[in-house]
Amino acid sequence: SQDSKMASVVPLKEKKLLEVKLGELPSWILMRDFTPSGIAGAFQRGYYRYYNKYVNVKKGSIAGLSMVLAAYVFLNYCRSYKELKHERLRKYH
Amino acid sequence: MNENLFASFITPMMFGLPLVTLIVLFPSLLFPTSNRLVNNRLISLQQWMLQLVSKQMMSILTPKGQTWALMLMSLILFIGSTNLLGLLPHSFTPTTQLSMNLGMAIPLWAGAVITGFRNKTKASLAHFLPQGTPTPLIPMLVIIETISLFIQPVALAVRLTANITAGHLLIHLIGGATLALMSINTTTALITFIILILLTVLEFAVAMIQAYVFTLLVSLYLHDNT
Repeated sequence: SQDSKMASVVPLKEKKLLEVKLGELPSWILMRDFTPSGIAGAFQRGYYRYYNKYVNVKKGSIAGLSMVLAAYVFLNYCRSYKELKHERLRKYH
Repeated sequence: MNENLFASFITPMMFGLPLVTLIVLFPSLLFPTSNRLVNNRLISLQQWMLQLVSKQMMSILTPKGQTWALMLMSLILFIGSTNLLGLLPHSFTPTTQLSMNLGMAIPLWAGAVITGFRNKTKASLAHFLPQGTPTPLIPMLVIIETISLFIQPVALAVRLTANITAGHLLIHLIGGATLALMSINTTTALITFIILILLTVLEFAVAMIQAYVFTLLVSLYLHDNT
């Protein structure tokens, strides 16, 4: 029981998102590094996480590239939704 | 249909922030770098293609012209990838904007011409008069050659803009026609759909060809001037 007590005292700042309990979520978000270098670091970590999982492997498939292109198409759709919603199939425009 | 036919060519902004910067930077994500000898499949494919293109394009240039290899290869990669990404649905193609193509064409052309004038002045000036012209024709021919020289950057930019814009417009129009015809006469809609498929194949080819032509012409201007 002594071991389990020691293991649960991990500082909030260093926990990954999936290990944070729901009640601690607001304080976890506020503790994140929102400086420009912090945000750049977050983007870099995200990029390398995707790259090393899907592209930088021995037998990378077309899925690695396709998922990126699908996300690009989806984001462009969200960006132009305002103009596109007028083009729905309707009897009267 | 008239308003939203050209709506896809408006520069994308979001809440006043230039989204177009992100869109122009996006193709760089698709070309990772690596310092290894043997890479993953994506990088190996890209390196093989780049070697093929650079050997074919830079072999005609002098050693001084071959210092431009990095510039020209980046150019063909950028234009090719931007054009191909523009064929995805709902995406924005930066090369449809004349401002961007002029921004690419004028500095490159000017760099080639000024290099020629600085290093080989007599030979560069000699370009203005083709060999063996009869003497009375010389003034007119010099004027014509000057005009032809100064129109080169404009032609480079307008060629790229017009080709890509026209292709996108045709796809929009024929796609809209297919959709409208489906409720009226299905057979005609089917024929229009086949035309749309053929057009899309053409646009893929045009996307890559235009990149090649742009870069080839810049390399030719360079060859003339080094």
